[in-house]
Amino acid sequence: MSDKHKKSSPYTADRGIPGAFEGETVTRRRFMNVTAQGLGGVAVAAFALPALGFALGPVFERTKMQWQDIGPLSDFNEDEYIPKVFTIVNGIGTAGETTAYVRLRNPEIDTEPEDEYNRVIAISTRCNHLGCPVRFTPAAGRFLCPCHGGVYDFRGLRAGGPPVRPLDRFYTRIEDSRVLVGARYSVNSELKRFSPRDPGQPVDGIGQYLYPARFSTPEK
Amino acid sequence: MPRFRLPTPSRPAALQSKAKRPAGANGPSGPVETAAEGGIHVVDWLDERTSLSGGLRWMMFRKVPKGTNWFYTLGSATMFAFLSQAVTGIFLAMYYDPSPTRAYESVRYIVNDAFLGEFVRGMHRWGSSVMVILICLHMARTFFFGAYKYPRELNWVIGVALLILTFAMSFTGYLLPFDQRSYWATIVGVNINGTGPLVGPYLSDFLRAGPEFGATTLSRFYAIHMMLVPGLIAALMGAHLYLVAKLGTTAPPWMRAEREKSLIEDEV
Repeated sequence: MSDKHKKSSPYTADRGIPGAFEGETVTRRRFMNVTAQGLGGVAVAAFALPALGFALGPVFERTKMQWQDIGPLSDFNEDEYIPKVFTIVNGIGTAGETTAYVRLRNPEIDTEPEDEYNRVIAISTRCNHLGCPVRFTPAAGRFLCPCHGGVYDFRGLRAGGPPVRPLDRFYTRIEDSRVLVGARYSVNSELKRFSPRDPGQPVDGIGQYLYPARFSTPEK
Repeated sequence: MPRFRLPTPSRPAALQSKAKRPAGANGPSGPVETAAEGGIHVVDWLDERTSLSGGLRWMMFRKVPKGTNWFYTLGSATMFAFLSQAVTGIFLAMYYDPSPTRAYESVRYIVNDAFLGEFVRGMHRWGSSVMVILICLHMARTFFFGAYKYPRELNWVIGVALLILTFAMSFTGYLLPFDQRSYWATIVGVNINGTGPLVGPYLSDFLRAGPEFGATTLSRFYAIHMMLVPGLIAALMGAHLYLVAKLGTTAPPWMRAEREKSLIEDEV
């Protein structure tokens, strides 16, 4: 070891520093130094922390559930999908709109438990590989994604290609025989509901823990 | 032999060379000399107060090894590509409007209506590809010439950070025209980012400023593209250049050091 790191006495008096007090361990020079550096740190934190919080804020913001009218109940039937365009993000024009394929619940094929939110089934067009828009092709009876060949069956379950989970759905409600559509939710391969995940994030098995629910999950 | 020699006589005035002599006590003799003196004065004035000339000499007049060739210009070429991006980007920002409802219109205005707009935007749009190509070539040169080895490892690390920042520029800049291609490419890019386990979902919320592509996503990308990342690139580029000047450049691998003859033992 070099002399640079040799231990010296903690007391300034022992180190022969002029003007040292009995029992003093911090020299006045060191005290001034630490104080000035500390104040500088406080000054930087005073603008850096709010700026950081400002940038990170949206991650922790909860979104509000909004219900939108997408037409009378008589528009829809059990056997074919009707595309409906509605707004999921306000104030940014057509960039905030999305399409959902909507049909009535058909007890013969829809085996998941029925409740007030799935009497009408609204399937999101966002592919769960990487988020491209899927299209329902009636001739095939399937949803097809143009980007990387994701295929989903009539219920939105993955039938082939790279998607990691079935197509997302939207909460729906029937009010005065009008159909209202609410927030998005994700489903696993048994159509069990999960809070909305981004595409590419599986929710089966360990996936639901590797890709936890976000703070932005809308409140009901 | 005499221990001294007589001085040789000077030539006759008619045969003496008429070379220009520096101005004497009478001051500069012509307008050109006056201008030169003025220039020297200004540089002297600056240097006396900043001592910049030493730093400039240190940076510009370095020794380079034998065998230095055109491949060694790729780093400077990348830097000039960045400067070109910075300058064209600043001028594009005078017309561009990062709002989801007006961004596409403002780009359309730059390309179709603004004077030289198509040219400046073309410089920026194609220059971005040029910068990515050049930085990759520069990295390949460093790798194949072994220029990343001791003591230049830190400069390699800074270079990798610069490469990542350059890709960040490409990713954030791609969204700004806000046409179908850039919108969907960004959706896909953010979702790829979201597939990172545990932190992915929060990172993509951070990038989008919310759970969906929202009202402030575009301005967020714009701020990252034109303030945050260029600032970081400029700072790291300064550190990169400092280390290049400090450590010097390497000779190409095919150059061998010349060994002192006397040190070589005769082979048996």
